[in-house]
Amino acid sequence: MGNGAKKFMYVNRRAPYGTIYALEGLEVVLIGAAFDQDVCMAFVDDGVYQLQKGQDTAESNMKNFSPTYRALGDYEVTKLYVEKESLEQRGMSEDDLMELTYEDEDDDYQEKPSIRIVNRGELTDLMEQQDVILNY
Amino acid sequence: MAFEIGGKTYETDEEGYLANLADWNPEIADYMAKDDDCDLTDNHWEVINFLREYYEEYQIAPAVRVLTKAIGKRLGKEKGNSKYLYELFPYGPAKQACKYAGLPKPTGCV
Repeated sequence: MGNGAKKFMYVNRRAPYGTIYALEGLEVVLIGAAFDQDVCMAFVDDGVYQLQKGQDTAESNMKNFSPTYRALGDYEVTKLYVEKESLEQRGMSEDDLMELTYEDEDDDYQEKPSIRIVNRGELTDLMEQQDVILNY
Repeated sequence: MAFEIGGKTYETDEEGYLANLADWNPEIADYMAKDDDCDLTDNHWEVINFLREYYEEYQIAPAVRVLTKAIGKRLGKEKGNSKYLYELFPYGPAKQACKYAGLPKPTGCV
């Protein structure tokens, strides 16, 4: 990552299906990953459902794009912050989320978890460190 | 748009990418390649098959940078580089190989 890299945070607030925001947001992250910026994603409110495991869209006639989140590591998007309060309000915990990992090139390609649970205060601090915040 | 092989018609989008992923079979790849004056060798098939597996697993066609890295990991360093992949697929490894593999155009390709 060059010195000119900006810190980008993509904030996902909506449930994965029903609107196109989640899928479009994910595609923008994948496209933007080509530009070598310092990218992270945040999942708050109904956005936490995007990472829920065991998604099945057969009845809804929509493509189940949840496997695509597992490709984020290949695109070097390795910081996925999930807000603890949003999970708790929905009766969820980290165990309800998909296991997403990336290979750390600087640490002998060890597999490491991409999902980090943060509380509201920590997320606020993270947001303050960003150059650009995009909401989906 | 559409083309026909052995009496069966296959729909494509305006750039020639197969409309229905499930329609794909190896004959389609050969047909599309011939249209581009390209003969598919085992080396081409390695990449095409890899892309189909990648799509199956992640539901996306990988960007060329991601493809190059993943091919290197799977098939060895001498194949995981742009030079090798562009020699096989001069129209761009992600674009051209995805087309033959029956996948949509890679996300982020213009």
